[in-house]
Amino acid sequence: MLTTPFHERTSAANETGLWSHWAGHLVVTKYQINEKVEYFALRNAAGVLDTSALFKYRIYGRDAERLLSGVLARDIRKCRPGKAQYTMWCDDRGFLIEDGVVLRTSSDEFLLTSAEPNLAYLESMIGGDQAAVEDITDHYGILAVQGPASRTILSALVPEVEDLSFFALTPAKIGDASVIISRTGYTGDLGYEIWADAADATDVWDAVTAAGTGRGLLPYGSQVMHMARIEAGLLLIDVDYQTSRFAWIDEQRATPIELGYGWMFKRLDRDDRAFVGRGAIERELADGSSRFRLVGLDIDWRSYQRAHLDVGLPPTKDHVPVEWAMMVYDDAKRVIGHASSFLYSPLLQRHIAIARLSPSLAAPGTRVRIEVTINNLNYLVDAATRRLPFFNPARKTA
Amino acid sequence: MPKRTSYDAIVIGGGHNGLVNGAYLAKEGLDTLILEKRHLVGGAAITEELYPGFQFTTFSYALSLLRPDIIQDLDLVSHGFMILPMPHSFAPMENGDYLLTGPDRYLNHREIARHSARDAERLEEYEHLQDMVVQAVKPLMDSIPPNLYSKEPEELARMVALGRHLGSLDHAVLHELVRFLTGSAADILDDYFETDILKGLLASSGIIGSNLGPRSQGSGLVLLYHRMGEYDGLFGTWGFHKGGTGGFTQVLAKAAEAFGAEIVTDAPVAEVVTSNGKATGVMLDDGIELDASIVVSALDPRRTFFELVDRRELPTDLVDSVERMKFTGTAAKVNFALDGLPRYPAMGDREDHFRGFINIAPSMDYIEHAFDEGKYGWYSANPYIDATLQSVVDPDMAPPGKHVMSCFVQYAPYHLRESDWDTERDRFGDIVQATLERFFPGFGDLVLHREIVTPLDIERTVGLTQGDIFAGAFLAPQMYFFRPAPGWNQYRTPIDGYYQCGSGTHPGGGVIGGPGKLAASQIINDRRAAE
Ligand SMILES: Cc1cc2nc3c(=O)[nH]c(=O)nc-3n(C[C@H](O)[C@H](O)[C@H](O)COP(=O)(O)OP(=O)(O)OC[C@H]3O[C@@H](n4cnc5c(N)ncnc54)[C@H](O)[C@@H]3O)c2cc1C
Repeated sequence: MLTTPFHERTSAANETGLWSHWAGHLVVTKYQINEKVEYFALRNAAGVLDTSALFKYRIYGRDAERLLSGVLARDIRKCRPGKAQYTMWCDDRGFLIEDGVVLRTSSDEFLLTSAEPNLAYLESMIGGDQAAVEDITDHYGILAVQGPASRTILSALVPEVEDLSFFALTPAKIGDASVIISRTGYTGDLGYEIWADAADATDVWDAVTAAGTGRGLLPYGSQVMHMARIEAGLLLIDVDYQTSRFAWIDEQRATPIELGYGWMFKRLDRDDRAFVGRGAIERELADGSSRFRLVGLDIDWRSYQRAHLDVGLPPTKDHVPVEWAMMVYDDAKRVIGHASSFLYSPLLQRHIAIARLSPSLAAPGTRVRIEVTINNLNYLVDAATRRLPFFNPARKTA
Repeated sequence: MPKRTSYDAIVIGGGHNGLVNGAYLAKEGLDTLILEKRHLVGGAAITEELYPGFQFTTFSYALSLLRPDIIQDLDLVSHGFMILPMPHSFAPMENGDYLLTGPDRYLNHREIARHSARDAERLEEYEHLQDMVVQAVKPLMDSIPPNLYSKEPEELARMVALGRHLGSLDHAVLHELVRFLTGSAADILDDYFETDILKGLLASSGIIGSNLGPRSQGSGLVLLYHRMGEYDGLFGTWGFHKGGTGGFTQVLAKAAEAFGAEIVTDAPVAEVVTSNGKATGVMLDDGIELDASIVVSALDPRRTFFELVDRRELPTDLVDSVERMKFTGTAAKVNFALDGLPRYPAMGDREDHFRGFINIAPSMDYIEHAFDEGKYGWYSANPYIDATLQSVVDPDMAPPGKHVMSCFVQYAPYHLRESDWDTERDRFGDIVQATLERFFPGFGDLVLHREIVTPLDIERTVGLTQGDIFAGAFLAPQMYFFRPAPGWNQYRTPIDGYYQCGSGTHPGGGVIGGPGKLAASQIINDRRAAE
């Protein structure tokens, strides 16, 4: 397995010996035996996460913007230098290939992260454009610094952070290291991501953890990352959607609109780009042909509790994310979709799920039922649909 | 100053139970006013900056007992409810060794096995059986107890249901329940365990807030009560509320206000106004009268029945019961602002052992000896201490690198044999500090500030009679059917429209909210029945 530029530090801090594989890299599953310690460090103070395993691409050249305008479904021209954008790219049938965050470091340079390799795909789109794509995956370590205290901690090192707005980025110095800091993350909270040269990664880690000493900062592993992203209603590839590239059947595919990102196309009428999938997306918008809608589910605690007590068991409140399908039914016990991510949130003190439902049943507040296994039997527990995200503190964007 | 002079319901006392009660009443649509004597709500669950930059949990310091339904019913999360886990328990020993338990079963097994392999295995069996008992008792804890003296069909039906429930229990569970309810902590723990340090740690839950030693009958009940709590579905586990227990009561206040309740502080109530055996409102200390047909006392039973109303209006048996009710202040607190983390030599530079309770009770004998002094009206020379350093888990509690340490101390009897607490306060603080110095060498050098809270201070500040932290001791004849008095265990009082919801009512004390919630449901039921 590959290791990330922070490995020396993450392995020293890993008290459990548990590792996960992420895009061929060893990443810490959880640092503490009780992962709730790192979870609440993240939610109450601050946490650091090594996200270096992501694929990273530099797209540059005079026509870099043109290239991305044609590839990305969201209008990249709206992303000025010094800003970042959450974006998606689709195939020509409007099905999602992937989602990721793109940083615009200058008028003709972009940094894109993705969960899967995309170099050949991006290159195949260049055509006659004056643009190039470089795989810089191994050049950088990325350290996410997230949570309510992240600004206080980071701005002690980098004063510019104090005024960095949501989805903005800035070049900065941490000690001798030149870094890029963006106000982005995968937790739904106030937070930042630091791009550091691989050679500087451990120095940056040391500086950040030193700044966090006495302020409750702890490293968190992939389990907590998954908990946080479900609370934040953020998509995970291979869990909440599959890439269109490797799907066998269309049922496995999803469109941005179906996944709840129709807002990306609000201004499509004033957007003259030709981008991959545009025609299909326009048709879906015009015909209302979305097959499902991604929504949040609040599981009814009383119903959940009763189902357990009825068989003599105390209701379990397990914060380990369930990231496989759980069926969702209507009152007549007809299947109306499925939940792709399910979790007991210690922060929200209830069970929540991210689910795909028929569009007609997706309106917030619709009563549905979700199948849970109790005592080796299936029970239907009441739930109500709601808008994502579940967790959305004002400080995230303030 | 209250905004109006007339309300549907007035709750006297802004402790957590008063807040819970008021929030439920407001949620039901009642125009509700909560009146608090002090400048802040929370009662025995407050956080105060008693030293610049240091947030002290003056009285209560950890949560577990809080009835989980309340979190949901009152939508507390949206107002900032957050419980931070306390994954460890650290029990230092006289010889410099220790017992440190944490979140991993097998590591705990190893750690306990260092002291006794047999105890290591039996601990899980013991805890499992105890959890089964908790699960069996929970429905009783979370419902209004039957009135033993009533011949109403509804009450008889409740008695039958109770009998059925108990009859349906697994026999081993039922017998264990009886042992807990009647026996001593030592009776039970001696059955299971041989190691002093483990027994000292476990027995501590049997004496908290009680005028009992581990060998006293009745300490089993206190032990069970302290396992009745839960955190995210795990019985007997504890956590810190963000910002201390005062952070919790601030959340409750916001929730109550969000449902439309009005909260007024600095508003001591002098008496409940009655007319023809009915409550019609309250009169404040400053003479202002406010009207309400529902008046709820969230104070302890002595104040509810003897101070807020005229005892001559009450039936003699109730007056006698409340007169006889035992209030036994035996606990004190010493809270420290520290310049850094204490050091336990055998732990080196680790700090995980400070992420939970630090239990100074190396054996049951240690506690029993401490109790001996308390029994005869003096504070312990070697006190039992339950210490926590919330700032390790929740950095907002103290400036970076500095810490607050809360120490719950027994025994500190309210009635001192000779002398009084105002005279003894500092000497008592010195003893506690010296005890900590013994286990954490160099402790004294870290102390920036110390706050001593004697039972007399608890009584003066919060109004808990004799500083009894539970508003009436946890003795079998003062629980369930009999809390606070036989026949008056359903939150009503002999005065029509006057209710009680403090910790002196079922299920009892602790930061639990059960009394406030169940009283509200009784009030709402009565109102609906009257309509
Ligand atoms: C030192 C100490 C440590 C403790 N530690 C813990 C712990 O860690 N965990 C735990 O679960 N429990 C703990 N407890 C127990 C728990 O804190 C109490 O049982 C509980 O907080 C009592 O709540 P209450 O609302 O019933 O009453 P109180 O908190 O006593 O509230 C009564 C309120 O009424 C107000 N009041 C009094 N008279 C009047 C009047 N005339 N007019 C208007 N207002 C009035 C008071 O100011 C007070 O705010 C502790 C208690 C103490 C004292």
